[in-house]
Amino acid sequence: MSPLKVVASSLRVGVLQFPGSNCDADCVDALRRHFQIEAVLVWHQETKLPKLDAVIIPGGFSFGDYLRSGALAAHAPVMQEVKKFAEKGGAVLGICNGFQILVESKILPGMLLHNLSQTFICKTVHLKDPAGNILTMPMAHGEGRFYVDKKALEVLNEEGLIAYQYCDLKGDVNEASNPNGAAANIAGLYSRNKKVLGMMPHPERATDVAMGGSKDGLVVLRNFIDRI
Amino acid sequence: MYSEITLADAQKGANFPAASAISSSAGPEFEALLKQHKISGPEFQKILGIKGRAPSLTELGVFSAMWSEHCSYKSSRIHLKRFPTTGKNVVVGPGENAGVVRLEGQMCIAFKMESHNHPSYIEPYQGASTGVGGILRDVFCMGARPFANLNCLRFGEKTHPRTPFLVPRAVKGIGDYGNCVGVPTVGGSISYDKSYNGNCLVNAMTLGLIRDDKIFKGFATGIGNLVVYVGSATGRDGIHGATMASDSFAAGAAGATPGASKTTIQVGDPFAEKLLLEATLEVLEKNLVIGIQDMGAAGLTSSSFEMAGRAENGVYFDLDRVPVRAKEMTAYEIMLSESQERMLMVIEPKKWLELKQVLEKWQLAHDIIGVVTNTGRMQVTRNGVLEIDLPVSPLTDDAPVYKRPVAAPVEKTAASPNLNSLKQRLDSDFDFAATMLARALRETGSKQKIYEQFDRHIGTKSVLGPEHGGAAVMWIRSDETKAFPYLGVAIAAGCNERRVKNTPSIGAAEAVLKCVREISAAGGRPLAVTDCLNFGSAEDPSVMREFSDSVDGISNACRQLDVPVVSGNVSLYNSTDGVSIHPTPMIGVVGRVEDIRQVTPAVYGPGRESADIFVLAPHSVAQQLGGHKPARSDKEPNTVSFTASLAAKLDGIECTQGELAEVDWESEKAAFNALEALRAMGCLRVVRSVGEGGAGLGVVKMLADHLAHKPSIKIHMTHATQFFGEGGARYLLILAPDALKKAAVKVTEFGMSLDLVAQITFDNKDKVESYFGTTSTASLNVEYQSAQPIGGLG
Repeated sequence: MSPLKVVASSLRVGVLQFPGSNCDADCVDALRRHFQIEAVLVWHQETKLPKLDAVIIPGGFSFGDYLRSGALAAHAPVMQEVKKFAEKGGAVLGICNGFQILVESKILPGMLLHNLSQTFICKTVHLKDPAGNILTMPMAHGEGRFYVDKKALEVLNEEGLIAYQYCDLKGDVNEASNPNGAAANIAGLYSRNKKVLGMMPHPERATDVAMGGSKDGLVVLRNFIDRI
Repeated sequence: MYSEITLADAQKGANFPAASAISSSAGPEFEALLKQHKISGPEFQKILGIKGRAPSLTELGVFSAMWSEHCSYKSSRIHLKRFPTTGKNVVVGPGENAGVVRLEGQMCIAFKMESHNHPSYIEPYQGASTGVGGILRDVFCMGARPFANLNCLRFGEKTHPRTPFLVPRAVKGIGDYGNCVGVPTVGGSISYDKSYNGNCLVNAMTLGLIRDDKIFKGFATGIGNLVVYVGSATGRDGIHGATMASDSFAAGAAGATPGASKTTIQVGDPFAEKLLLEATLEVLEKNLVIGIQDMGAAGLTSSSFEMAGRAENGVYFDLDRVPVRAKEMTAYEIMLSESQERMLMVIEPKKWLELKQVLEKWQLAHDIIGVVTNTGRMQVTRNGVLEIDLPVSPLTDDAPVYKRPVAAPVEKTAASPNLNSLKQRLDSDFDFAATMLARALRETGSKQKIYEQFDRHIGTKSVLGPEHGGAAVMWIRSDETKAFPYLGVAIAAGCNERRVKNTPSIGAAEAVLKCVREISAAGGRPLAVTDCLNFGSAEDPSVMREFSDSVDGISNACRQLDVPVVSGNVSLYNSTDGVSIHPTPMIGVVGRVEDIRQVTPAVYGPGRESADIFVLAPHSVAQQLGGHKPARSDKEPNTVSFTASLAAKLDGIECTQGELAEVDWESEKAAFNALEALRAMGCLRVVRSVGEGGAGLGVVKMLADHLAHKPSIKIHMTHATQFFGEGGARYLLILAPDALKKAAVKVTEFGMSLDLVAQITFDNKDKVESYFGTTSTASLNVEYQSAQPIGGLG
């Protein structure tokens, strides 16, 4: 409602805004409430990033998701800058549509296809990280079925780039715990230098037990901030 | 173009040659023209008086739209006056784009419910999605940021051929639109009944947050101010949508000959809506506009007349400046198009450049299309012709008002032998009773296939949603309410149409009550009501009887519960081939939650701990159900019976059979107070109000998330009335550990009893036991999960 307050903070985090972004305010709110970080909103037409330590690409329907999710946003001026930022080792977190944009920009490999059900799915899912921790948070997307070919999948496995896999409460990664048909139940992916993370579920929506019973999203955000 | 339009331009335009008048000589051609525009003979005489001669075709179209039932409320207005609409929390009452109620300090909630029934039956995906778009715009054009959507859906029988076509498409339409705009869909209601076979209902509700000093209204004030068009270009879609929504369907209109009415259907673009939302809130925040109005039903026509009417001014439009999708569009088409995602703004000329910057940032089409004049007339030109020249006020304030004939109240017919024997059959035929439970679950079971297609968490305010089985609860965090960090809003919506059909004055009151009970069960206190009154043909006196009685019922409930009506919508002519829908006064109630950490869901959530379920009921109800003091008749207040019940429906008994008990307001209020007291003592874990299907079905649905876990569920109900009977101020509770003793004592202070009615244990025995025997939980789960006719879109 009110214009975002700007408070000094040691970390400069930019949250991108495309026409159709709709989780930008939620990301800003989560960073402020839990990490005392006042994020800077960065408009899609910017041809130069402000001085930033990290970039978040929020969820939404950038450019209406016309053509394909994230396809048009990947060609926005600001993404050329984000690409350079990532190449220089900058920390980037893409959530939902942000993940789609990262993939369409080829900053992360693979594709995000329509869910196997061909419907939008909003539900609480469990995620397993490489250390075996199980995190709970909501997902909400129509095009989140991660796909890479077998060979590329092997590479992701070998290099340990799979950040999160959909699993059940006990941590079993199987077909029954795969909500959208993603290859190897992949919900989130790192870049080679592990500085870029793209994920379909929404950590910013699980930052307080009053929001659906989980604050595991804070773990994801904390890890992201630690990687900066 | 981008040049301003001055008063001199307006004067020049007013002197353009006038469009030729329609030929009004009596004859089949003229009759057909009037019929097509749904203008009656006397209404045409009135038009002649206003215009001074026969109107142009465009003018006739304007009258048709402005005087349609949908825009003018001509048949309902005299009844709506009876609603209580004032109260200490009311900031904006009915008549504006949305009602506004105060939540805390300066922070207010703008909300309204609206129908999009006719388009949804013809083209369910677009119809439902543009229904969501329309109500969103009503809320954000006041300056409120939408934070929650709900929807109330009614479809024909699941076995009717059109139902499995309509449901998945309407659901997808609602989801795709709200998901993209970024407003969570957090609740609603759905049911299936043969009365909707030829007329489905899609009612959408939106709530927005707004500060009381930031509320904008649709006024075209300030002579010489500019009228600016913003949003999607105008196309030929939705022409005469408002007029269509004011007519009944004949069999050929929808399913039988698809395409026949499809030009009246609007096409939605939620991405454009999102841009319009952000641009609108930005220009309002920057104080760039004087007045603003969305172009909803009857598009440019109603938005301009309404804004001019409220300010008692005139408006001049140069339609050549309106962004259009097809070059050759006529004045008639441009004025009556219902293309979506458009706004009309009135601004001071000096604000134009700054406004333009914002609109360009959000990539929205825009142009100055007119100017506010002192003529009191709407003057519209196209290609050098004065197409419209009409005084404003006769079209808005002096629109026809009809006192439609209202039939005498329906004499209650005695209950049929089937209804009389239903209780006895359920009591003695155990297979029948067990089957009834299974069928009730299939009829009213899981809504997961619907709500999983809705983004329910965006905005990070959702505390309770549809998966929690009761009212939705949103956590309101804002700078304005910092002193209340856990402040929340509870929302419930719905209506039991069978009970309204039986006795509208009782059933409609119960619709309000049902929502308030759900809010109370979740942990809120009601603030205000919105309604969406879906009825049959206004020209059927028996329908108008239902309408009038429903208005009285709602008014009565609002007075009893001290909640005013602050906004609403009327949808008449929901009938096909002379068959009207059940009267469906859909109600939405908004309440305040002091502390969202104290709210309770209506389903037993995660965890596998054994639990006891208690029923909280007035002593009189407990005595009746315990067999100690049987009711003298079904009509006696608070009586639990089978009249218009789910069991009766599933047994093929018409809901008009039998008599409904009068609402016992004192008991209802006592129950609210008892729940508040128990909550304050920290006694409550799960609270569910007992409604359709009775307490037995309520217990199973409360525990439904666990049916797949093969527990033992023992339901200690000894007869059918306890299990399937409906009525009475009853709630099912799961208490906090060790709270039973103090809770049982406390409730007696309110004239209530607390009795153990069921237990769940996780022992892998896979059984539900009650008076009629044992059923497997797994098999009941299959019924529960199969409730929605949603497969693929095929």
